[in-house]
Amino acid sequence: MTTFLGIPAPRGVGHLRGEHSFPDAARGALADSQLRRNLGHATRTIRGKRANVVGELDDWEQLRLAGSALKAATMARLDEHLERLEREVTARGGTVHWARDANEANAIVTRLVQETGASEVVKVKSMATQEIGLNEALEAAGIEAHETDLAELIVQLGGDLPSHILVPAIHRNRAEIREIFLREMPGVDPELTAEPRRLAMAARAHLRERFLRAKVAISGANFAVADTGTLLVVESEGNGRMCLTLPETLITVMGIEKIVPTWQDLEVFLQLLPRSSTGERMNPYTSAWTGVTPGDGPQAFHLVLLDNGRTAVLGDELGRSALHCIKCSACLNVCPVYERTGGHAYGSVYPGPIGAVLSPQLTGVEDNASLPYASSLCGACFDACPVRIDIPSLLVRLRAQHVDEQRKRRVPSAEAIAMAAASWVMSSPRRFAAAEKASRAGRLLGRRTGRIRTLPPPLSAWTASRDVPRPPAETFREWWARERGGAG
Amino acid sequence: MRIALFLTCLGDALHPEVGRATVTLLERLGHEVVFPTDQTCCGQMHVNTGYQREALPLVRHHVETFEPYDVIVAPSGSCVGCVRHQHAMVARGANDDRLAERAETVASRTYELSELLVDVLGVEDVGAYYPHRVTYHPTCHSLRMLRVADKPLRLLRNVRGMTLLELPESDQCCGFGGTFALKNADTSTAMLADKMRNVLSTGAEVATAGDASCLMHIGGGLSRLRSGTRTVHLAEILASTS
Repeated sequence: MTTFLGIPAPRGVGHLRGEHSFPDAARGALADSQLRRNLGHATRTIRGKRANVVGELDDWEQLRLAGSALKAATMARLDEHLERLEREVTARGGTVHWARDANEANAIVTRLVQETGASEVVKVKSMATQEIGLNEALEAAGIEAHETDLAELIVQLGGDLPSHILVPAIHRNRAEIREIFLREMPGVDPELTAEPRRLAMAARAHLRERFLRAKVAISGANFAVADTGTLLVVESEGNGRMCLTLPETLITVMGIEKIVPTWQDLEVFLQLLPRSSTGERMNPYTSAWTGVTPGDGPQAFHLVLLDNGRTAVLGDELGRSALHCIKCSACLNVCPVYERTGGHAYGSVYPGPIGAVLSPQLTGVEDNASLPYASSLCGACFDACPVRIDIPSLLVRLRAQHVDEQRKRRVPSAEAIAMAAASWVMSSPRRFAAAEKASRAGRLLGRRTGRIRTLPPPLSAWTASRDVPRPPAETFREWWARERGGAG
Repeated sequence: MRIALFLTCLGDALHPEVGRATVTLLERLGHEVVFPTDQTCCGQMHVNTGYQREALPLVRHHVETFEPYDVIVAPSGSCVGCVRHQHAMVARGANDDRLAERAETVASRTYELSELLVDVLGVEDVGAYYPHRVTYHPTCHSLRMLRVADKPLRLLRNVRGMTLLELPESDQCCGFGGTFALKNADTSTAMLADKMRNVLSTGAEVATAGDASCLMHIGGGLSRLRSGTRTVHLAEILASTS
């Protein structure tokens, strides 16, 4: 990669932009009591598991520092590592493709599948292919894509979008899953119950048939080791292992940030990832493959390296830390906003706190302008992040970028006017004291109760659910002047 | 010790009782409190909403106002968090490195109330008496930006006559988040509802915290519910002797 690309992810393809602003999209989820219960229960359970296994390690903070330092060092020389990866994959019989954006990546994968003559593919969970809308692109070319991760299968059969990085069907309960299976799974037992074991067995039978039939598999990658050209997928169900070994052709779509220089680096990440993600000491399946091996596994291997806005993020010295993300979802599970709104409200395939910083950076902040504000800046995400991405600071930074964009476009919002006015008032003690005196008119409100119950817009958003304290008869500075003669 | 009080704009305009309590408390402990009357606002609302350009004059004004003092205290975790972690950033964003350095000096002398008491003054028993059932909410910025850890609780445990009740899921955000409460009012309200449920489950008469802003949020909700549970700032409890 010798050219700096730096273009945002294109519009009209893939799943990085929502149709509605976050507050509007969140409203439905907030009113759905079943969803709120599902999410509350699931995130609380994963939070507890994670806390236990993280607590077992004496050197967790050192591991986080190591993970953060390794990512920063890798990003600083990403071009060199990617070129190394390309050389090593090619030397071992694989083919590397570079995709500038979602459209290019979809075209490459579609062509590769068509060249095999296959009309269907099996897939092992990949955020990157969700990001670029690969399934839709394949469908348009008459190729059926079968998701094989249980949760992804539920989402696909339900005609739905994933709502969590680790648990894409977190928003569905057992009864809903049973209904989806009965409706969408060919040849399913009509007596199917909502018992988790029965549901899993039905999915297993459905998937087994597809694994054995498939000639082409499409995977994502958790890591790529530049030194040896090795790709890795970690998973829990074994569906990945099936996809990676049974078909004749394997196509891996990977964001360019997933690279690590050496196997030694993996030592850190393979400790950080499962504990942060599933709350396990080690993930059940870790599959690694290097090029092709005659007579063993897929005999054709293609690696598609995806930019889709990533070099634009990389060009921002501070913002690029969002690319350090190893997609563990720890930040989702601790986020009070995610817990109450679920993932669909974020509009992008990347939900939660990391999505709120990653999606606007990939698309350009104006295409996802409500996401940086979808946080109370409580900071729980930063504490949970295994590679120490300072998400709250990135959110504040993106908010500033949005405000500056609005300035450039000369969009005079009521908020901008109010903020400028507040700044003018507050930068002078005389003006501030005068404003305090004026606000005492508020004492006319709430005379009986001592509390104000309604205010005009935009403050009515506050008084919809909260009272406001009545301004005091005397501000502190007035008290101080009266008591202490105003001496500083 | 001579201590400059940074009351915060919200404290001055809406919660003067928090300032009076801070003065009472520190004077009772034998210190001199000064109130630099030029002070206004740290600019946190501007920074956190994305208005860094508008925050700059507030940062400059804050630095100029508090530069002459060696020890500065604020009864607010979030405003101290802004001074400590954002003032220099705002100055650097405007390419004013000299202001950033001055902001860092002021920040290094600025303490949240429980930090000042425990770390600087070395006091954990402030001689308070407060005969009520109280639960403590550790505000997000105190907890995660300032890492005050259990300092407020150490102070509260030494208050005579008080029953300290443990708040379930205490480290969960109350949903205030400054302009978040307006921009995402529905989500904020859902977070507040859970915080209130946890507060009420303790059976406390009083919920306390080190931030007037979070207390305004929680208290605004409790008042709307007519729950009978009040919010009282940590400084007021520590200042109380009867």
